[in-house]
Amino acid sequence: MSTLRYLARKVAWLVVTLYGVVTFNFLLFHVLPGNPVRLLARSGHLTPQAVAEIDRVFGLNHPLGLQYLIYLRDLLHGQLGISYTYREPVSQLLGQYLGNTILLLAGATILTIVLGTLAGVVAARRRGGGFDSMTVTASVIGWALPTFWTGLILVFLLGVWLHAFPIFGMQTPNAVYASPLQHAQDVISHLFLPTLTLVVVNIAQFVLVARAAVIEVLAEDFMVTALAKGLAPRRILWRHAVRNALLPIVTNSALLIGMVVAGAIEVETVFSWPGMGLLVYNSVLNRDYPVIEAAFLVFAVVVLLVNFASDLLYQALDPRVRES
Amino acid sequence: MALPTPPGVAAGIGGTPSAGLPQSAQPGLPPADVYESELRRVWRHLAGSGMGRLGIGLFLLVVLMAVVGPLAFPFNAAAVSSSARGLLLPPSAAHWLGTDELGRDVFRELLAGAHVSLIVGLAATAISMVLGAGIGIVAGYYGRWGDAVLMRITDFFLVLPQLPLVIALAAFFGQSILIIILVIGMTGWPTTARIVRSQVLSLRERQFITRVRSLGASDLRILRVHILPNVMPLIFANTVLVIGGAILAEATLSFLGLGDPVQISWGTMLHFAFESGAVGRGAWWYFVPPGVCIVIVVLAFTLTGHAIDQALNPRLRGSR
Repeated sequence: MSTLRYLARKVAWLVVTLYGVVTFNFLLFHVLPGNPVRLLARSGHLTPQAVAEIDRVFGLNHPLGLQYLIYLRDLLHGQLGISYTYREPVSQLLGQYLGNTILLLAGATILTIVLGTLAGVVAARRRGGGFDSMTVTASVIGWALPTFWTGLILVFLLGVWLHAFPIFGMQTPNAVYASPLQHAQDVISHLFLPTLTLVVVNIAQFVLVARAAVIEVLAEDFMVTALAKGLAPRRILWRHAVRNALLPIVTNSALLIGMVVAGAIEVETVFSWPGMGLLVYNSVLNRDYPVIEAAFLVFAVVVLLVNFASDLLYQALDPRVRES
Repeated sequence: MALPTPPGVAAGIGGTPSAGLPQSAQPGLPPADVYESELRRVWRHLAGSGMGRLGIGLFLLVVLMAVVGPLAFPFNAAAVSSSARGLLLPPSAAHWLGTDELGRDVFRELLAGAHVSLIVGLAATAISMVLGAGIGIVAGYYGRWGDAVLMRITDFFLVLPQLPLVIALAAFFGQSILIIILVIGMTGWPTTARIVRSQVLSLRERQFITRVRSLGASDLRILRVHILPNVMPLIFANTVLVIGGAILAEATLSFLGLGDPVQISWGTMLHFAFESGAVGRGAWWYFVPPGVCIVIVVLAFTLTGHAIDQALNPRLRGSR
């Protein structure tokens, strides 16, 4: 019963936040000064008739409340406007690019979490040792590294200098593949450097989280009990300590998503990976406001959903949260 | 109205029963000089730890670059090369870090861009701190529905992805240093609000606050004289850490082409290095130095911030 109530509360909060994001988006792009149509009209060469016509075409002659309702209606119909540069519906554009971003981010995120957790456990076990102090130093430097610059350096070292990996796009241009397998190989080799960049920049933070979580569990009384029972140290560490340390690791995975989303914009720009991030970069350069607006909405909704999922997962993993 | 205050608390920042202090230090209220030494203790810890010394050293280095650099090696943005042979030249005696895609001196350009990172980082963080600390203090002190509403708003901004938001805002409001400062500052406050609120929540229940309140002190006075000085060290440590993030945000925005077009910064240098294909042509002297400088300035603030954090929080000191 209490599980149901917990779920209802979380869903309610999710709905409220989603509504908040949508309204925030409307206010940001339709009400605040700096509206692109106004920018267009301010260029000076427009007659008042032309300005009125622009207002009519974009629905700006309606009162604000009505504009808001129209905006909500269009959103529910999946209409996000027409891109200025691509002359295509924005929803169609997003459909084309979102999949590529998910492909890149899923691989990088899973690698970061798995490798980060393993490294964190090892660092916690030999606390104060060489590996441990190395991870602490690496995390400080990793935090200071700009993602886009790390990408540029890897492009230079592994791409331009060593010619080890392709540095541009998602597949070799004009390539003809003998089999789907060969195609997959080509895409994976293009994935390598962007993924490496994201892992290098984000992993150190994650190692610290996992390390702190394991250290905390290792200090608990039941670890002494396990030791006194005569369990093998390896078993105590991996079965007893790591299992309990997974909780904070799960919550922090959700926090990681914000960093990963930001990283996607930077990394896709550097590697011309045809995803949402590159779309944002090109839209920024071309001042393609409908695309920027829609991309922000998509990023915000994705982050919200991931946080929601991690809340549910947390609840499923920890009976104590269910009780309270 | 002279109200009796616990020793040291009225003395400003020095009065710091900080978050991590063992509870046993509380009831007996030690003599004033124990509290007074807190600020000095933080400084001593800072100067005594390798991290703190390195952080302060790097910070001084960057300040030197930003202040003395442009005077000693002035940069002329209009001094473009007249022939194609002057473009993207490798380092030489004439150009210590080579030339950029327009044939200008990269070393001088680097010095000319140094102050932007510092100014944006400090100013944006100041905005975040005022907003975050203000909201945190009000929410934590007044509690009840005000707290609930403010914290829901904070949570809302906490889950919004910062970079896409900053990009959307900067693309919308135009490219100038002032806009960049405002945009980064207005999106960076939620974490601070949360941290400050939780500290104020625990302070509010402490005995000395109850005592002062029962003597008839107004809320405003309690906030100004008793709460604010006690959260100041926490806010300060947080500030130093937030500056690093603000500097990274400025560099990222500028790299994405949203920097101030008339103002050179390390981020805009990297934008033009990237756009002109300097990476593909192997012109490392153009795109390596600005990135190294960004790492140095962020490290300076992060290391100092961690060292202050450790000085304030004895539990952290033990765990290293």
